[in-house]
Amino acid sequence: MKNLLIFLLIALFDLFAQTPEGNFILKKVDENIGSDNKISISKMHINGRRGSRTIESKSWIQGMERSFTEYLSPPREKGTKMLKLGDQLWTYTPATDRTILISGHMLRQSVMGSDLSYEDLMEDTRLSNLYKSEVVGEEDYQDRPCWILQLTAKNVDVAYHTRKIWVDKERYVVLQENRYAKSGKLLKNTEVKRVEKNNDRWVPMEVVFKDMLKSGDGTQFIVESIQFNAEIPEYIFSKAALKK
Amino acid sequence: MIKFLLKGLIRDRSRSLFPILTVVAGVMLTVILYSWVKGTQTDLIRANANFNTGHIKIMSFAYSQESDQIPNDLAYTGVAKLLEELDNNLPEMNWTPRIRFGGLLDIPDQFGETRSQAPVAGLAVDLLSSQTPETEILNLREALVRGTLPAKRGEVLISEELSRKLGVKIGDTATLVSSTMYGSLSTYNFVISGTIRFGISAMDRGAMLTDISDIQRALDMDDTAGEIVGYFKDDIYRNKTASIIAEEFNSKNAGEDEFRPVMVTLRNQAGLAQTLDLSAYISAVLIGLFVIVMSIVLWNAGLMASLRRYGEIGVRLAIGENKGHIYRSMIAESLMIGFFGSALGTAIGVAISYYLQVHGIDISSMLKNASMMISDVMKAQVTPVSFFIGFVPGLLATLLGTSISGIGIYQRQTSQLAKELEA
Repeated sequence: MKNLLIFLLIALFDLFAQTPEGNFILKKVDENIGSDNKISISKMHINGRRGSRTIESKSWIQGMERSFTEYLSPPREKGTKMLKLGDQLWTYTPATDRTILISGHMLRQSVMGSDLSYEDLMEDTRLSNLYKSEVVGEEDYQDRPCWILQLTAKNVDVAYHTRKIWVDKERYVVLQENRYAKSGKLLKNTEVKRVEKNNDRWVPMEVVFKDMLKSGDGTQFIVESIQFNAEIPEYIFSKAALKK
Repeated sequence: MIKFLLKGLIRDRSRSLFPILTVVAGVMLTVILYSWVKGTQTDLIRANANFNTGHIKIMSFAYSQESDQIPNDLAYTGVAKLLEELDNNLPEMNWTPRIRFGGLLDIPDQFGETRSQAPVAGLAVDLLSSQTPETEILNLREALVRGTLPAKRGEVLISEELSRKLGVKIGDTATLVSSTMYGSLSTYNFVISGTIRFGISAMDRGAMLTDISDIQRALDMDDTAGEIVGYFKDDIYRNKTASIIAEEFNSKNAGEDEFRPVMVTLRNQAGLAQTLDLSAYISAVLIGLFVIVMSIVLWNAGLMASLRRYGEIGVRLAIGENKGHIYRSMIAESLMIGFFGSALGTAIGVAISYYLQVHGIDISSMLKNASMMISDVMKAQVTPVSFFIGFVPGLLATLLGTSISGIGIYQRQTSQLAKELEA
């Protein structure tokens, strides 16, 4: 009996030792992907009901507050720029030569017809800042052992009240994610198709976003190149840069 | 005989005034209630037909499945060819393409940056072609508050309420921020040519009206429209004809292609069938109940009159008047009261209804957040039915009341008369 009790205690201790706390995992996820300065070139393949198209863009990202994106192709989108400054999103289109603040319900609209919304672009990329997390299980995903985390929003002003994420146990990369409304309705699903090592980080290089409220086959987001801790001139994050 | 009875009624006001007033009040209220309900229904149909559904609407099948979300990515492409076919095959109707769209209307400051902006519910229609029926359908000349109608591409009308909210004046630039039919961000500069007020809260909060060619360009919708609306040339909606046209069109264009055109009648859009059926049912029940109650009141008035004249009838019998003659004379009196009362009630009811048809009652304060296409001014409508909806029950109820109460004449015993008179 005494041996059995000792065995059970050791087994329980072992279990706790193997299952880190949700917040710890989330911080590791943020540490892996977070960077002060990033420059990336990416492509979005948008698969709609009327066909598919590809949009190429270049982004300069500084922390969580500032980012600048310039669309490179196709011709109709070329020259369109977006500037995120804190909680404001400005856009510039050469056709009208106007610098416009995107606000209100427009923030919930799709970005260039993709399955991503402007709100998705605007939110803090560090999940640990926005959500409380809890480990709710373990599962293999794409042959990788993963923790399953249930995230619940700390505040009400977030786009998604709860999320469920599958975190690679070894690389601390989110491989799959479901985003839910407060009602529990599944709004979005993301699946990471390819992960590559870039210096000391594991970077999702190909992700499929699916807006569950839209028909179509989702949006494939491919990172062509990414440069961490890059030098970014200060003027990039100004409204004047939009017109250049 | 009639002259004699008429004189009696005029001289004895207790026999005429109260019964006639009762009939007048009942008939008048019935006429006003009917005309009011009819006017509201007609307004609802007209507002929906003109601004939303048309008498018939053509959309792509995919668009029709989600039409309340205005899915321009699923709009119908090949509009020019379809319009040509429609003009050839259905010449009894006017066809016109429309695009509904949402977005932000952004007003620049001196540096071209956002000064003010507001969400808009846009409607793009054919404003510039010489044959366009839209100016009449949307009653644009009446709706214009300031400025002029768009005369060239790039000009836009916005609602007066929106112009005040944005702080813009005629001639200012406004940029539409929206999405193309492929989902891309779209921005397009307009010049505000005028402001409008349709008198429909759902439209007047944030309406923007522009020529369809501008929006086709802005939203990358070349030869494409969300909707093609059709109107009978005499502007009268005939559900049976519309249903036959739609059925034939849909069977001709049946298939599996989700972008095939489908035709929908006014009744089968925007939940109008249920709304109209429910409204017709409720109004029929209300008017029916009202007519029954009025009939009982008038019948009762007839009964009371007969009872009150119990003594008079006794004396008339005693001096030798025939029971049948008394009964017939009372019926004739009631017919006169019913006729005059109903005629007067109908005349007053129709006059008040006509006043409400012309002026209406402003209910805009109750429609501030309404999304229904209903006019801010509720108006009555005088129809041929208004002239007999109250008249017939007014006449019949008075007649019925007297006919039943008058039966008492035949049970009257003259031997009891002296005793009754002593009492």
